[in-house]
Amino acid sequence: MPLNSEQTLKIIRTVPAKEGKIFYLSGAWTLSNLPEIEKALKKYREFKHPSYPLILDISGITLIDTAGMLFFLKARETLRNKARRKTDISVRGVGVNEEFLKMFRLIRRYKKERALPKPRPRNPFASFFEAIGRHFFNGIDSAFLFLDFIGRTYATFLRDLLRFSFRIREISNLVKKAGVMALPIIGITTFLIGVVIAFQSAVQLQQYGANIFIVEIVSIAIARELSPIITSIVVAGRSGSSYTAQLGAMKITEELDAMSVMGFDIFHFLILPRSIALIIVLPLLIFFGDIIGIFGGMIVAKYQLGITPISFIDRLYEVFAMRHFYAGIIKGPFFAATIAAIGCFRGLQVTRDTESIGRQTTISVVNSIFMVIIIDAVFSIIFTELGI
Amino acid sequence: MKKPLIRVENLVTRFGDHVVHDGVNLTIYEGEIYGILGGSGSGKTTILRELIMLHEPTAGRVTVLGHDLGGAPRELRQRLRTQWGVLFQFGALFTSLTIAENIAVKLKEYTRISDSLIDDIVATKLEMVGLDLKVASLYPSELSGGMVKRAALARALAMDPRLLFLDEPTSGLDPISAEQFDNLIVQLKNLLGLTIVMVTHDIDSIFTVVDRMAVLGDRKVVAEGSINEVVQVNHPFIRQFFGGNRAMIRRKHGK
Ligand SMILES: Nc1ncnc2c1ncn2[C@@H]1O[C@H](COP(=O)(O)OP(=O)(O)OP(=O)(O)O)[C@@H](O)[C@H]1O
Ligand SMILES: [Mg+2]
Repeated sequence: MPLNSEQTLKIIRTVPAKEGKIFYLSGAWTLSNLPEIEKALKKYREFKHPSYPLILDISGITLIDTAGMLFFLKARETLRNKARRKTDISVRGVGVNEEFLKMFRLIRRYKKERALPKPRPRNPFASFFEAIGRHFFNGIDSAFLFLDFIGRTYATFLRDLLRFSFRIREISNLVKKAGVMALPIIGITTFLIGVVIAFQSAVQLQQYGANIFIVEIVSIAIARELSPIITSIVVAGRSGSSYTAQLGAMKITEELDAMSVMGFDIFHFLILPRSIALIIVLPLLIFFGDIIGIFGGMIVAKYQLGITPISFIDRLYEVFAMRHFYAGIIKGPFFAATIAAIGCFRGLQVTRDTESIGRQTTISVVNSIFMVIIIDAVFSIIFTELGI
Repeated sequence: MKKPLIRVENLVTRFGDHVVHDGVNLTIYEGEIYGILGGSGSGKTTILRELIMLHEPTAGRVTVLGHDLGGAPRELRQRLRTQWGVLFQFGALFTSLTIAENIAVKLKEYTRISDSLIDDIVATKLEMVGLDLKVASLYPSELSGGMVKRAALARALAMDPRLLFLDEPTSGLDPISAEQFDNLIVQLKNLLGLTIVMVTHDIDSIFTVVDRMAVLGDRKVVAEGSINEVVQVNHPFIRQFFGGNRAMIRRKHGK
């Protein structure tokens, strides 16, 4: 129970006597009271500049715990270090209670002169460069590890392909989780993207009276770029991150080790099914996103530009070449492989502390989105060169 | 007369329609080492979790340190939590903190004492549980299983609790470490005047460190008391548990 201020005032009293100055210590020297006691002690001028001889009278201490005893010993040490002779300071306790002595012996037994090892203070200038170097070499290391990982995954894929021993049940389950259950969120995002694109273009098109071109703009933009990118970002955030977190947690709980000692190859059982599931699912999701996104554009076209759905669809038939559709869909498997590989790889990079799950999950999502955008850029260059 | 610190009355616990406890009664007195025994799945861990307010019982009364836990206000719950230490079965050290930080975490959060005093306390507690001061700056993942248990015990002791809860403290330790750990617990009890509640399967611990115990079975306490009282009770679990080879040897040779 914390002391009230009236009690704390009475913890320490000093009385000058002929044999020296007496410090009367009293009260409960327990953890919760220590801050008050420390404050009270510091108030005494005698504590900073003691006039010796000094006598610590502990007979009034009613209760003391390990923290209190450590504090007492520390205070005595401080006073003793200032004294010239050892005899200048003494401890006295008339009828001191048994508890105090017990605690004193306990602490004497366990409190060694050694202190906790302190981390060496670092030079901030040096550690700045150290951090840069460390990051650089870590980056190189993890690039090699990633290549190793890709190689193993691919080797497992070939092996499974020869024997045709894929984990079909697992894959279909993952397809459901990453695909079917992602439909609502992908539907909503691509619908809104379709609406936004249509709105932005409608304003411009109206000025030129070129209303009907909304169909080209929306359908081509959605099918070629927006639906693949948006869908991949959602999948990276949903499934990529969950692969990292799950594999990471399995690593911490040693489930991965348990699997490998049972002879279950984690590439065959965990990583390949996830990669294949995403490769199957992502093109389908992109297709779904195409439909919903263009549908969003159609709604805007009707209410903003007065183009009826019938004429919208007619126009779509006329102007929408299938190559636009394929150009979007073909990216799906590449994005999917990237997301699954990064997600699983980062999961395996988790170390034995829980914080690294969070760190690796973040890296996984950021890296996959970044890689998706880079791959998308590469595709646009290739498509432009090929005239697709 | 000994003072009861924990009293459990007519405790009922249900998970869905799976009844784990149906009218459990037990009393734990100040200054004793109290064992909770029972078969696997008999609800030992569950009862421990109910005593430390991690799980709300379905019905019944749990009184700890004189306070009824049912409907205790938030402040009281917080205050109670500072008065006991818990050693989880697998240590449950915070993996992103060093051992020293793990031990200091409650001190830093709940008190306003100076950092150098905290360091002193951490060092003392490490010595008490028999760990080298060098481990202070290591992370839990860098320790062995037995060291993790010791470090977790040091963390449980950081605030000088009156009550210590241990869930299977010696499981997963080799016999020598288990015996050392048992000795350590008895020693700390004597030195610090702790009351200790421990869930245990370890026949050696039951004979050497536990003062009184409750045996759970059939969703109730089938026996409560000292080892000599408990073995008198005629119940299949008790016959099986204390009738095994290892227990027989123990009984012949006494404590
Ligand atoms: N959160 C929970 N939800 C549902 N059932 C639970 C839950 N926790 C425990 N149980 C059930 O309660 C029963 C008792 O579990 P408990 O963990 O307390 O057993 P125990 O006596 O500690 O066993 P062991 O010796 O194996 O550790 C078990 O049948 C378990 O299935
Ligand atoms: Mg248990």
